[in-house]
Amino acid sequence: MVQRIKHFLLNNALLLTTITIFILVFFTGGRLYPAMQKPQVFFNLFINTASLLIVAIGMTFAIITKGIDLSVAGMIALTSAASAFLLSKGASPIVVIPLMLLMGIAFGFTLGSIIHFLKVEPFIVTLMGLFFARGMAYVITLEALPIQNPTYRFLALTKVHIPFLAKEYVYIPSLVGPILLMVAIYLSYYTRFGRTVYAIGNNEQSARLMGLPVGRTKIIVYAFSGFCSALAGIVWSISLLSGYGGYAPGMELDAIASVVIGGTLLTGGVGSVIGTVFGVLINGTIISILQFNGTLSSWWTRIGVGALTLIFIGIQALFYIRKKHA
Amino acid sequence: MNKNLPILKRIRENRLFWPLVALALILITDAIFAPGFFKIGILDGHLYGNLIDVFNNSAPLMLVAIGMTLVIATGGIDLSVGAVIAISAAMGAVLINPALGNKLISNEILTKDATNTPLWLIVLATLAAGTLCGVWNGMLVSRAKIQPMVATLILMVAGRGIAQLITNGQIMTIYYSPYFYFGNGFILGIPVAVYIVAVIFIFAWFLVRKTPIGLFIESVGVNAKATYYSGISEKNIKLFVYIFSGFCAAIAGLILSSYVHSADGNNNGLNYELDAILAVVIGGTLMKGGRFSLFASILGALIIWTFTITMYTFGVPANALLAGRAVLVLLVILLYSDYSRRLMNRIFSLRGS
Repeated sequence: MVQRIKHFLLNNALLLTTITIFILVFFTGGRLYPAMQKPQVFFNLFINTASLLIVAIGMTFAIITKGIDLSVAGMIALTSAASAFLLSKGASPIVVIPLMLLMGIAFGFTLGSIIHFLKVEPFIVTLMGLFFARGMAYVITLEALPIQNPTYRFLALTKVHIPFLAKEYVYIPSLVGPILLMVAIYLSYYTRFGRTVYAIGNNEQSARLMGLPVGRTKIIVYAFSGFCSALAGIVWSISLLSGYGGYAPGMELDAIASVVIGGTLLTGGVGSVIGTVFGVLINGTIISILQFNGTLSSWWTRIGVGALTLIFIGIQALFYIRKKHA
Repeated sequence: MNKNLPILKRIRENRLFWPLVALALILITDAIFAPGFFKIGILDGHLYGNLIDVFNNSAPLMLVAIGMTLVIATGGIDLSVGAVIAISAAMGAVLINPALGNKLISNEILTKDATNTPLWLIVLATLAAGTLCGVWNGMLVSRAKIQPMVATLILMVAGRGIAQLITNGQIMTIYYSPYFYFGNGFILGIPVAVYIVAVIFIFAWFLVRKTPIGLFIESVGVNAKATYYSGISEKNIKLFVYIFSGFCAAIAGLILSSYVHSADGNNNGLNYELDAILAVVIGGTLMKGGRFSLFASILGALIIWTFTITMYTFGVPANALLAGRAVLVLLVILLYSDYSRRLMNRIFSLRGS
């Protein structure tokens, strides 16, 4: 039994560290600012990080295959601008939302195909994707377009009350992330696709020799990430009720940092979407602590996230060395 | 180079061939569609015109690209250069006017040159700030053995925060005219920034081609372990390239902040890490490390900015230009891919036989 617990702890060391740090950070905030002890603050995390959570889930898969997807923020901007444009021209949300998701999938599929067939670094290809998507968003509109569609307004302003709790609520868009998380957990642990993703990240050559569909899986991973970013873009445009090419600046960095803080190794093969959720929540908690403080300025967020990334990379390095010696 | 190969093949296999073709293509497009592009006039005793703009605007990118080339040649990457630019720009601005950030700016200050620190100290502190960032990156990569992309990501995320911390979150406007010399000055009609690039380029070229360091850098990029076993301090080589990259980014920060007369933690050097990597890749240096060419990276930076200024002359909005740049990257990717290389070789060998 002791052996099994030890085994469990060792295998999930990174994930457990992330969760511990999240609890620590959250409760430190609660000690410092008593107002943070309200349960609503916890649910606010989901409201504030709705898009980041979705994007980070897609990014996790890309990073586990030893790749990266820098295009996510561009896709958010493009989706928000394109949907605002289409809605202002009178298109129905029933048409617009699937169209945007399809665009995200097609975009990710293209990037993945370039990465796989032309054997170019994911870094460069998705960077191109970032430039392209942001540029196209600016081509659609040079300034922020408001969304007046009643369906979008309804989705943005309806509160969903949490069961068993009296006053606490989230908005409809904040539910998308947790639902996607369920899908992602199922995909990564219970499907052939998920296991192939981990195999590619550990050793692409071996995965290929084992007869796994490496190319197809990689392309699906980027298409999935494109889908996630389009979804995040829709969530973003619903919560802000507007579309603009400059939205979500630097969100790819926040997403990568969240994934790393969540215990996924950038060297590929190790990590989980569950950790990523906690990485995103840590990111959100730091922001809320700064908001509660009021005197600390917003740039401390970036420094805080940077410092946490550093700590995590340190822990990962130790973990890695340990695994090597074991 | 193999002397037996036909001249055409030899030209084609030269690493400068493709960048030069790309540059020529852009310039030919200009010559056809924007006849005024090549016009160079003299105004107030110095040259002006689109071509001069290209050189002046691409100077910071060239500097960053020189540093980045060496880093990439060791098989690493430096994502923090944009943030380092912001940090060093903030450093310069805050030393010029530490009080102006919190004090109301009177008209008196607006008209006269206000500085709290002598110029040499400003320059020294700016460069030191950037170099220190380089030391940090280098230590993480070479001593802590963290993957370069991750190690520099930390500073990339935190760096802009640090820059804003230095300037207290404000966009600091600079009212000190000797400082503007780096970005706007001219010597013999040519922008000062071009001279700075030339000095750094010659220094770097001398370092990597006339001393063994260049060879060491390439060997680290090809196989770090083998380099270590052949008695070369692979750690110090790595440390050196990151320090040099930080130093180059600091000079770029100096030029950029002097060019726009202000330091803005959020926007100084935005996307420079991406542009610099792009410049190096366009120049044909492989991301895997190994053989590199400084001059090719300079050409890469030149291509990016010639393309940008060309688009400006065609009236493309600055923001939408990003999409154009993406197309440029796509072309480069297609051109450099193994597939198109093979296709090229087949076409040329068919003609040869």
